[in-house]
Amino acid sequence: MIKVENLSKAFGSKLAVNDLSFAVERGEVLGFLGPNGAGKSTTMRMVTGFIPPTAGKISVGGFDMLENPIPGKRLIGYLPENAPGYADMTVHGFLNFSAELRGIQGGARKQAVNRAVELCFLENVLYQTIETLSKGYKHRTCLAQSLIHDPDVLILDEPTDGLDPNQKHEVRNLIKRMGENKAIVFSTHILEEVEAVCSRVIIIDRGRIVANGTPQELKARSEMAGAVLVRASGVAAAALKAQIGAMSGVKTVEILKDGEGGIEVRAFPDKSKINGSLTRNIAELAVQQKWQLDEIHTEEGRLDEVFRAITLPDTVKGH
Amino acid sequence: MNAWTNIKTIMKRELGGYFTSPIAYVFLVIFLLLTGFFTFTVGNFFERGEASLVSFFTWHPWLYLFLVPAAGMRLWSEERRLGTMELLLTMPITTWQAIVGKFLASWLFLALALALTFPVALTVNYLGDPDNGVIVSGYVGSLLLAGSYLSISCMTSALTRNQVISFIVSVMICLFLILAGYTPVTDLLVRWANPVVVDIIAAFSVMTHFEGFQRGVLDIRDTVFFASVIGFALFTTGVIIRNQRAG
Repeated sequence: MIKVENLSKAFGSKLAVNDLSFAVERGEVLGFLGPNGAGKSTTMRMVTGFIPPTAGKISVGGFDMLENPIPGKRLIGYLPENAPGYADMTVHGFLNFSAELRGIQGGARKQAVNRAVELCFLENVLYQTIETLSKGYKHRTCLAQSLIHDPDVLILDEPTDGLDPNQKHEVRNLIKRMGENKAIVFSTHILEEVEAVCSRVIIIDRGRIVANGTPQELKARSEMAGAVLVRASGVAAAALKAQIGAMSGVKTVEILKDGEGGIEVRAFPDKSKINGSLTRNIAELAVQQKWQLDEIHTEEGRLDEVFRAITLPDTVKGH
Repeated sequence: MNAWTNIKTIMKRELGGYFTSPIAYVFLVIFLLLTGFFTFTVGNFFERGEASLVSFFTWHPWLYLFLVPAAGMRLWSEERRLGTMELLLTMPITTWQAIVGKFLASWLFLALALALTFPVALTVNYLGDPDNGVIVSGYVGSLLLAGSYLSISCMTSALTRNQVISFIVSVMICLFLILAGYTPVTDLLVRWANPVVVDIIAAFSVMTHFEGFQRGVLDIRDTVFFASVIGFALFTTGVIIRNQRAG
């Protein structure tokens, strides 16, 4: 549905987006991650046709967004950063206006507005002016606007910004549900959100794509991925560390906790020498040695760690 | 037509924006008070002893100088300040539809303000026997004049997110359009410059072109002048908005 090829955007001499290419199909939820100023919003603004790119091609639903943007724009629902809205309009008036601009008329408009109001839980503030709304409601009003025409393509710039935890949860579920039959791109700073919602993640740093894959694939790039956490009692921490460390396929072992409540160690695998499942091997060792095992599990890896590893060195260098 | 539907939608919202806030009411009251004051007190309506609205229309270029930019300054700067421009221009409409819709809404609002001065026309008809053709022509001219100022305000409000700057720049441009053909100024200019040059400069002035309407002379050239000011200013608005988006 969305196809972006070699997209670049320069503001003066500063390259905000640098040769970006990606595609999103129906049924996909693409998470855009990146530090502030990485070019996420700029990219979204170009895809929605708000600002023209310096170079590159964008098509939405097969329509070229540069040559003939109107048919493509019809397919897109867009929530801009900071969720703008006309301060002096009521929520109801604003949604009606959006529906009208989307070409929805008469009874269908009433239905569309009601549907959007329901989806975004706006019943209580329907006849309040937007300037009197709290940040969460304001955000949801703008989100409702983007859903009003039940678009095939949704582009959401930080859709959960400013929402309380319950609202965040609702919006995430909404995105996930809608992602089943739409193409969705959304940007966020919140990594757990990516894991909860996205089918694919792109990490952008200084205008370039630095990682692209499913959340699982990205997590696997974490150092933590594949490490085994062992919580046991009835054995000395040092002994535990030494014995696990002596196993083949183990690179290092670190002691996380050594005290009253038990001992916790984490064993990092040597990925080149691993033989079978490290967790299973450690469990077998535990049985042999008669350790009292309280917990043992394989770490999936952590997205925040991957994110930092990929983006931090560059950001630091940049300063 | 689709384009017209979009323009109407934009117009409706914009007009609604005037009336949901106090702007419309404050504007209308001040406009009517000032037209009354200038016509009857400053313009010596009664002392003239004429059955005409000369003392009413003469003041319009000056009155509009401040009031029209006040009505037009928010058109685009407010969109930029609120960030709603991003919403508006990612809707399936073209930029010019948005520009025309906003302009027409404000113009319609100014037309309403002007229409509410109808008691002046009634008064003069009650007191004497004026040439109502001249009065209608005066109203048409006044509306075109307001439209020209408004298109300039539209342009300056696209330049900045700050309404005050938008207002001041717009007043300055409109002031130039008045002074270029204001008799005291042209009389001064004639001393230094070639009369042909002075005439050319004066041809750019709204005063020169508004005068005909006031006298009841509907010259196609005057209409073309106002129409081209509006066309040019709205076109420039489009260029400004496009350039801003390009960064």
